[in-house]
Formats: sequence, structure tokens, C-alpha cells
Amino acid sequence: MAEFWMLVFAAVVVTSALVIVELNQNRTLSWELAYYGGGYLIALAVAHLLIRRYAPYADPVLLPIVALLNGIGLVMIYRLDLAREISAINRGEEVPTPQASLQLVWTGVALVCFLIVLLVVRDHTVLQSYAYTLALIGVVFLAIPALLPSSLSEVNGAKIWIKVPGLFSIQPAEFAKIALIIFAAAFLVSKRTVLSTAGKKVFGLVLPRGRDLGPLLVALLLVLGIMVLGKDLGSALLIFGTFLAMIYVATGRVSWLVIGILGFSAGAYLAYRMFAHVRVRVDIWLDPFGDPLGNGYQLVQSLFGLGTGGIFGTGLGAGRPDIVPFASTDFIMAALGEELGLVGVTAILLLYLILTARGVRTGLAAKDGFGTLLAGGLAFSLALQMFIVVGGVTRLIPLTGITTPFLSYGGSSLLSNYVILALLVRISDSSRRPAEAPAVPAAPAVPLDQANTQMVPAVAPPAHGGRG
Amino acid sequence: MKRPLRRVGYAIIVMVVLLLGNVAYTQVIKADDYRGDPNNKRTLVAEYSRQRGQITAAGGVVLARSDPVDDQYSYQRVYPEGAVYAHPVGYYSMRYGPTGIERNQNEILSGEAPELIAGQLSDLITGRDPRGGNVQLTLEPAVQQAAYSAMNDKGYVGAVVAIEPATGNILAVVSTPSYDPNPLASHSDATQRQAYNDLVNADPSPLLNRAISAVYPPGSTFKLVIAAAALQNGFTPQTAVTGEPTITLPATGGATLSNFGGETCADAGGGDVTLTQALAHSCNTAFAEVAMQLGGPVVRKQADALGVDGQPSDVGLDVVGSRLGDIPDTAALAQTGIGQRDVAVTPFEMAWITATIANRGDRMAPHLIAQTTKPDLTVISQTQPQSLGQAIPIPVADQLRDMMIESEKNTPGSGSIADLAIASKTGTAEHGTDPKNTPPHAWYVAFAPAENPKVAVAVLVENGGDLGTDATGAKVAGPVGRATIAAALAGGS
Repeated sequence: MAEFWMLVFAAVVVTSALVIVELNQNRTLSWELAYYGGGYLIALAVAHLLIRRYAPYADPVLLPIVALLNGIGLVMIYRLDLAREISAINRGEEVPTPQASLQLVWTGVALVCFLIVLLVVRDHTVLQSYAYTLALIGVVFLAIPALLPSSLSEVNGAKIWIKVPGLFSIQPAEFAKIALIIFAAAFLVSKRTVLSTAGKKVFGLVLPRGRDLGPLLVALLLVLGIMVLGKDLGSALLIFGTFLAMIYVATGRVSWLVIGILGFSAGAYLAYRMFAHVRVRVDIWLDPFGDPLGNGYQLVQSLFGLGTGGIFGTGLGAGRPDIVPFASTDFIMAALGEELGLVGVTAILLLYLILTARGVRTGLAAKDGFGTLLAGGLAFSLALQMFIVVGGVTRLIPLTGITTPFLSYGGSSLLSNYVILALLVRISDSSRRPAEAPAVPAAPAVPLDQANTQMVPAVAPPAHGGRG
Repeated sequence: MKRPLRRVGYAIIVMVVLLLGNVAYTQVIKADDYRGDPNNKRTLVAEYSRQRGQITAAGGVVLARSDPVDDQYSYQRVYPEGAVYAHPVGYYSMRYGPTGIERNQNEILSGEAPELIAGQLSDLITGRDPRGGNVQLTLEPAVQQAAYSAMNDKGYVGAVVAIEPATGNILAVVSTPSYDPNPLASHSDATQRQAYNDLVNADPSPLLNRAISAVYPPGSTFKLVIAAAALQNGFTPQTAVTGEPTITLPATGGATLSNFGGETCADAGGGDVTLTQALAHSCNTAFAEVAMQLGGPVVRKQADALGVDGQPSDVGLDVVGSRLGDIPDTAALAQTGIGQRDVAVTPFEMAWITATIANRGDRMAPHLIAQTTKPDLTVISQTQPQSLGQAIPIPVADQLRDMMIESEKNTPGSGSIADLAIASKTGTAEHGTDPKNTPPHAWYVAFAPAENPKVAVAVLVENGGDLGTDATGAKVAGPVGRATIAAALAGGS
């Protein structure tokens, strides 16, 4: 029941936010708002009931937090729609297609996907068997935009989309990310022992043996290559960071971190020297006010928005977050910071912290190594993605285009993040499930000497992996 | 695996803390810098959404107000008097910025002035939106309306400026063609753009404030400045000056300078006439010779004293500088003596000079702003009449007045008022590359009643008004000036 009441709370917060937007925009309140709020609650309640039915022991905090983030995102996207509508009318231009209704549809689709994953993947350990298949699919999917003509794959200079004209666009990186994390978790679990023990010792660092990591490194380099060529630096950084964290979790070796960071530094330096767009990004980061109306415009406007919002914000619907370009996607945190202030940003960041901390806890509680690595990897990827985009928007780190999980406008991002949520819910269900009723090793039905021989895995088998 | 994963959890906490620290720095410590940055459009939008103060004319006639409306900007700027006051009042456009008084008094009107900030603090506490202060102008609605109608009804392109000589109060500032400022303050960007583009593409330009932002050759009206200098340098109103129809300019290889229509001065058959007659009949040859006798420095000294010094002035609106030119040689000095060559003045400057003569040489600072008040109508500041000093000695100013009364008697054109003595001077200024075949600019400067002046006016009508090359200052600009004077005196002001 805790989950249900938290969902009610989320729905109330989101509906209230919607009411505030309407009031601040001087629009008349109608019962339609209550329908939206009620509809949102019903959709969430259905998800809640299905979770309780198919993953009864799952962490009850995960879905409500995601519902709240998703709802706040929807309200802000709707609010930006209003602003775009007004400015289009003022300019005498055609009113652009509202994004909020589309995002609402995507939310529905994402919830359905969430439930499908929950229903199909009844036990996360089965994913291990598809590790290499998933990796292959992920890499191929990721490579498709590079092979498509620009008209079907390029948006704002980044060639990372698959566009189905007139229908929708997919960002394969969002989905490839999940496949690759599953692959990495499965691979690392199977190679764990070798990875954490073998290797030469240099300057106190135990150097790992490269060949043990072969397939993972091949996959990683392939993926990074594709992403960097497609100018998707944010995703490249995300995948790299997540893989590094997963290798560290699997091996417990700091040496891997040091090597990874050195490698990253070399890569970053090379990218800075080789690509003009990387240099531009870094220069903007170092001095956004050097060209406030040109290259620095986005970041400068984002900072203005945050500064104008101050501690308490202008109030939802009372600021001008639409001045920042891409306010509903990459810069949604700037929009929220302007209208909700430092207080609101802090609340949202804490929601992410709780969400990812619960994810890490799921990993810690998992009864199998694969579950631990997968939950840890997924949770960290959410946190890192949030860090990369929010850090970029607030000028903590250079800006790289990437969506804010659950908040930003975008179907691919929403779908893939709900899939991540489904996997976390699934793992948490199995890790929190009470040890199965004393299935006290019933007296062997067959005399031991007549029993079939068994394969004994190198890693301790999942304690409850009865269905495996 | 559990211990490293726990450390990854700590890393997530560190990332969130870093973000929080940076966001707090941005939203608290740097917030004021970002809010006040000139590139931050939000500040402009906030100002645009505030209840801006009123602009009123004398007698409380509202020229600009902010009406509450139900849209994102909350208040719509309205100009009830439209085109009549468009040039002095200006417009407050989101896209094109403010102009006129809307620009000059923006601090007061928007509520940003230091005197208004204290009030705003209490507004903040009581939860009211900060409001702007009000600006009351010296413009007299009857005078402004009469001057505007006189110009606009005839379709004249030009300007009228009326000043109260004793105080420097500006009673009218008219520039035609004018425009409706309301669409430029529209909350619809499309409407603003459409209106602005139409105005920019119109010819003659309605956006140009011809009273203060354009300079013209003053022609014969400038003879007042020359006469003022002469009367202080050995001349009297009775001094004999040449009555020849044409003189030859020195060192030009025979270039000549003629009276209007090649006539002799004052029908005197070419013999000498008095300085008074020369002014009354606007004889060019006489004033060319007087200027040459006085010499460049003397002429320049008097012009400087009256404000023809190239310097702009702020009278509540920015008036561009009027200038005498370089006067490189004696021929140029002769032409300067009749307000041609490089002499270029604003209609405002001519009204100011006329007001100075009317005020017996005591030069008052003209001003458009009577007072500014807080939203609760308590006075912030009030403009007091301020003398800038004696630009012409009193006896000389009185002599000039008498000469101008004679001039008015010789000025044809309609609109004379029974029992009213007007002191005036006309001008018909040639300009362009083919001056003899280009319709001249018509001037009329005057003050009345001559013995106890209440109003001084300057009228400029570009390119001959409706009379083409036949135009004279008397026929075209004179009636506009007299209509303006009549309105000013009828009001009992």
C-alpha cells in the first residue's frame, strides 16, 4: 500500500503543479485538469497493481519517484507549449505542434513497455544467456544512423537518429545503452575471477590482463567510435563511465579506474584536438560570456534563467524558460530551475539521488552477481546521465547534448528509462523476496550415486535461481 | 562486489552534492549578476509586464497609460491621443525599444528610479506589483492640437514648436507626417513588426521627429541673429544699409547674391534703406553686407550665445545640435548672413531663439517635463524655470521686437488676429542641388502679444508645402504659426 499512497502523492503534486501553471498563465481552470490528474493516477494505479501482482516484493519507492519526475517533466513540457504557442501567435507564425500531448502518449507507451518487460522477464538471470546477442543487436542498432542518409538520421548536427518520416524518430543510443549494460554485466560476472586476480604489478597497481577483457573492450571501442563519429559525445561519456564503474564493481580493482581515467583523459585530449565542435563546447564552458549572443547563447540563457529563478523561483508558469533554446529537452533543468528555484532543483536532484540509491541498494541486496552488476550498472547510468546533462546545463562540466532521464521531452529516452525501471523493479523483487519456504532439501529421491552429474558454475549460483 | 558497489553509491552522492553546490552558486551568489545582465531578456520582459506610469499633458489630459489586460504581459500601453502626440510622447515597443518621453523618462515610468525603489520595497512586502511613476508634460493640448491640425490638414511635411518665453515651458512639439503609436506597443510581435516596417518604408518618414532631430537652412529667419549682432556693434534700427537688388560676392569670380525675386529693397528704387526696413522686407543684399561688415567672429559669438553652437541639448527630448558652419571665406559669410550656405538649425532651435528675443534676451532653459510623481501622486520632482543668462542685451531685444512687429505688418498670408500685435519673421530657404528650381523650405517664427509675450512659435514646412516653387514663408508657414498663437492665447495661458 505504501507504493499506492506515494503514487497518490505524486499525482497530487503533479496536478497541483498543473493548476499553478494554469493560474500563472491567466488561464481558466477547468475540470479537464482533474481528468488529467485522475487519468495519470489511474495509469499509475494500474502499473502499481500489476507490479504487486507480478513482482510483489519489488521496492515500492522506485515507481512513485519515477512517476513524480515524469509528471513534473510533463507539466514543464506543457508549460513550454503554452509559451511557444503565445510567441508563435505574437510573431504571426504557425503554432507549433504541442509536445505535451505527444509526451503523454509516450508516457502511456512507456508504461506499457514497462509492464511488458516486467511480464516477459520473469527472472532477470535469463538475460545472461542473451548477453552476446544483445550486444550485437545493440551495436548494429547504434550503427544504423551512420549508414542512413542524413535526411533520415540527422537532427541539429548529430547523426544519431532513425527517423520514420511523418511518424516518429528513434534515438537508438538510448536502447543500445541498456543492451550493452546487460552484456557488460553478464560478461563481467563470467570473467570476474580472472579479472580480479590476474595481472602484473607495476607501481603498486595490479595491471589487468587485456585479453581477459577482449570482447568487452571491442564492444566498448566500437560503441564509442560510432558515438563520437555521430557527434553524440554525451552518450559516449555515459557508456564509458558506466562500463568503467561496472568493471570496478566486478573486480574491486582501483587500477581499472586509474587506467580508465587515464584513457578518458587521452581520449578527451584527442577529441579536443581533432574535432572543432568539441573545442567549441569546451570554449563555451570556459567562457560562456565571451560570445553571449552567438555560440554561448544557450548556456548563457540557461544561466540567466537559473539566476533569475534564484532561491524560490519565479513560480511555475510565471518565468520565461522558453527563452532558453531546447528548453523541453536538454535544458529542461534550466527551465525547472528558473520557475522552481534552487528549492525545486534541490528537490528534483534529491529524487534522483533516492532513485539511484535505491537502485544501488537493489544491487547490494541482489542474491546473484549478475543482478548486483546489472542493478548497479543501471542505477549508476541513470545517475551519470543526470550528472552529465545537469552539470552541462549549470556549467559544472562542458555541455553535451543528452536527455534528462524521465523529465525531458522525447519518446526514446522515456521508453528506455522505463525499461531500466522495469529491470530494477524485477531485480529488486527477486532480491527482496524472502528465502523460499524451507524447501529443506527433501530427502534425495534418488540415491546420490544414481543422480545425474551437475555442472558447477565458477561463481556461486543464485541462491534462489530455481527457475534458471 | 558489494563493497565497490557501495563505493559507487557514494560516488553518486558526491555527484549530486557537486551539482547542488554548483546550482546553489548559480542561483544564489551569481543570481544578481545574471538577473541584471543586459543580455538577459527576462529583465526587459519583467519591466514590460509592470504597471507603467502615466504620461499626461497640462490639465491632466492622458497621453499614455497602461491598462490591465489578460495576457502574459498584464498591462497594455495605450496612447489615447494617437498621432497628435506621437513624436513628443514616443512609443514603448518590446521589439524596437522606447522612444520620446517613454525613453527619456523610462526610469520614472518603469519604476526603476531611485526615488521609487523605496516605495517598491513596501510594495513587495504588501505583495503588490511595483508600479511606475507618472510624468506630467508642459504641453498645452489646445496648442498642440491646433498646431498639429494646421499642419496635418494641409498635408504639410514639417514641424511646429511653441514655447512660453518667460518660463521655457514647451507648449507644443509637432512633427508631420505623424503616426499612430498604438500598434508599435502591441503585445503582438507581428503587429509591431508590420506597423514599424510600414513606417520605415513610408516617404516622407513619419518616424523622423522634424522638430528636434532634423536640421534645415533657416533662411531669412536667421537675419534675427545677424540683426542682434549688428545692433550691439554700431548699428541702430535706423542705420542705412544697401537697397540694391543684387550684389557681387567678393573673390568668387563674379557670383552674385540677390533679393527675393530680384527686387530692390522696400521698393526704394535701389537706394539705401534702414536696418528695420531691410528686416521687414527681408532684403538679402543688406544682410549679406551687414554680416560681411560684422565679420565672422562677431556673427559666431552671437550665434553661440543663442545656442547655434553645434551642441545637442536635452529638454526632456534630445534636440540635435544646430550649427553655423565653418564660414571659410567672405562669400560664405555673406551667405551665412541670410541663413544659407552651411547654416543648419532645428525648428526647435528657431523657437528657442524667438522665445529668447520675446523674453527680452533672457534665455530660459526650455523643458517638456513639468513634474514627475509617484504612483500615489506625491511629487518626485518639479521643473522650475531656469535662466541660462542674457543672450541679447535688453535694449537690443526690444529693438528686435519692434523690428519684428514691422516685419509682421509686411507679411501677407491669412490668419491675422484682430487687435493682436504679433512680432514675427519669415524665411524662404533654398536648398538642394538646384536651389532655384527646388521648392524652398517655408519658415515662420513669431511671438505674441508683442508687448507681453505669452507664446513663441517656430513653424517649418518642407519643400514649399502645397505651393511648390511659389511658396514663401509668409504664405505657407505664416497661417500655421498664427493658428498656433491663436490657440495659445485663447486658452488664457
